[in-house]
Amino acid sequence: MHTILRVRRFNPESPNPAPYDQEYVLDLEPSETVLDGLLKIRETVDDSLTLRCSCRGAICGSCGMRINGHAMLACKTKIVTVAPHGGLIRVEPMSNMPVIKDLVTDMEPFWQKIRQVEPWLQPEGPPPETEYVVPQAAMQHLTGVMACIMCGVCVSDCTVWEVDSTFLGPAALAKAYRFVADPRDAATMRRLLALNQPTGMWDCTRCMECVEVCPKHVAPMDRIMALRAKGMSARVPSTCGSRHAEVFTDIIRQKGRLDEPLLAVKTLGLRNWGRLLSMLPLAIQSFIHRKLPPSGPLHRAIPGIRSIRRIFARVEKRS
Amino acid sequence: MKYAFFPGCVAKGACPELYQSMMAVYPRLGIELEEMHTASCTGAGVLQEKNVQLGDVLNARTFALAEQRGLPIMTICSTCQGVMSQANARLTADARYLDEVNHILAEEGLTYSGSVQVKHFLWILLEDFGEDRLRSALTQPLQGLRAAPFYGCYLQRPTEALQFDRYPGRAAALERVMEIVGVDVVDFPGKTRCCGFPILTINERNSMSMVAMHTSEAKRHGADIMVTPCPLCHLNLDGMQRRAAHQQKTKIDLPILHLPQLLGLAMGLSPRALGLTRNIVSPDSALAKLGITV
Ligand code: SF4
Ligand code: SF4
Ligand code: FES
Repeated sequence: MHTILRVRRFNPESPNPAPYDQEYVLDLEPSETVLDGLLKIRETVDDSLTLRCSCRGAICGSCGMRINGHAMLACKTKIVTVAPHGGLIRVEPMSNMPVIKDLVTDMEPFWQKIRQVEPWLQPEGPPPETEYVVPQAAMQHLTGVMACIMCGVCVSDCTVWEVDSTFLGPAALAKAYRFVADPRDAATMRRLLALNQPTGMWDCTRCMECVEVCPKHVAPMDRIMALRAKGMSARVPSTCGSRHAEVFTDIIRQKGRLDEPLLAVKTLGLRNWGRLLSMLPLAIQSFIHRKLPPSGPLHRAIPGIRSIRRIFARVEKRS
Repeated sequence: MKYAFFPGCVAKGACPELYQSMMAVYPRLGIELEEMHTASCTGAGVLQEKNVQLGDVLNARTFALAEQRGLPIMTICSTCQGVMSQANARLTADARYLDEVNHILAEEGLTYSGSVQVKHFLWILLEDFGEDRLRSALTQPLQGLRAAPFYGCYLQRPTEALQFDRYPGRAAALERVMEIVGVDVVDFPGKTRCCGFPILTINERNSMSMVAMHTSEAKRHGADIMVTPCPLCHLNLDGMQRRAAHQQKTKIDLPILHLPQLLGLAMGLSPRALGLTRNIVSPDSALAKLGITV
């Protein structure tokens, strides 16, 4: 199949280092991978093309790159899935980390966040004489997160990391969940308190990019949501994030639908004068544009609210 | 074509112009709507942070109500659509889970069989209504206007729950409808990214960075307006745009239109009838390009 790989190149040792695109025309089988194509280029056309790979089987996690705008493993991405009829395929280094050369990125920011969540087991007391005994289901539940191969693909496409590199990020937060949910670990509360800080579990915007791109189905965002739920039930100090979830749920219980001004005020907190005042111009702006929604007693519950409240009671009793 | 209409909280709350424009537009398409007044909020992914099953039961209740009427559901919010699609995927993938949920619903005299189709208005336009009929419903092609699409995360991901494999047109549905409407579609990398609304209270700085980044980028690519099928994106991209511009020490001024507002203009409806005076960033100069005055 006639394929054009348009590769983003960068050579820090060139006289004027700046990224540029270079196109390579190749004949590839639909079942070949993007990595096959890049290696073909390196072996037969241009041996200066720099990339990282090892296992060629989606295990080592070293070939993460952006293909047609989304991060993925080049060795797991077949030509037919990104260019079903051949033609142009764009290949760029991963985002959100510095580029060392061509398609090779510096993973240090990634590893730094992983280290930050203390990714090792911290049990309490003397170790048992034989092995730790844990319920099978508890460990089975964790196999999904343990499948992470540390490829950095989720971090590349994370929308929060893009604007704020202090964010812990999807991979580290998923790793944190792996230990928070491990029945053998005794540092749960300390971990949750650390994750409750700014740049931690509440800073994720739930964009689902990491869920979509992760080649190992780790679903980092789902783990972040699970961390939040664990944090709330462990009663870590409330944040705007946790109050938002608690107040939102309460409003739906009371009214069946959202009372937006009430949600904003209660989330920020009645004593949070600075933030509340900063919201005032927005309320005035909405009022002038005739779009300030009714709130409090002026905002009525949906017809059928009794049914909603009964459902709440029943589900909450079960869990 | 008849649908059980699920407007969502925001179209009936902080974005009344979305509801208003939808009400103005749908009769001209010959679509019939029965509004679901007794349906609850979907949970918007927020209630699900506390309790996923609670969200699934509330959505199963809404699906059961639509099933009773024998109608598919129409949404006009990317978030409502995504959350309902995810709930529906979980409920229909696992018969035991569906049984469990139905057990909770039984006392309300409701049961969900798993058959309901939930579709965003955007998808309905292409999948049910069809491009040809849509074209013939438009009387005033919006030529000469450059418009950037902005989807909202929930209408793009996760692709499995949104059934992109079964409906491949969904990935670029917004651009398709915009082309039919006659505008020049301005492509830019941010169109499928996050508007930042979910973290507005927890981290306003990051949220505003996202607003500024996407709106400025669209402008740099030449956009006169931006169009979105998501009222939550609209709240941030339109309502918070000035604050975002202030934070980045720049000027942006990119009008953000709801999808039905754009369609309404192409049907020759007046800006007032479409609630365009309620948009925070004034669309006047963009409309002037079309020879429309407010
Ligand atoms: S869901 Fe959260 S962690 Fe995942 S990519 Fe989006 S912002 Fe990042
Ligand atoms: S969570 Fe997935 S995408 Fe992220 S580093 Fe691990 S394997 Fe890669
Ligand atoms: S080469 Fe090892 S994961 Fe791709």
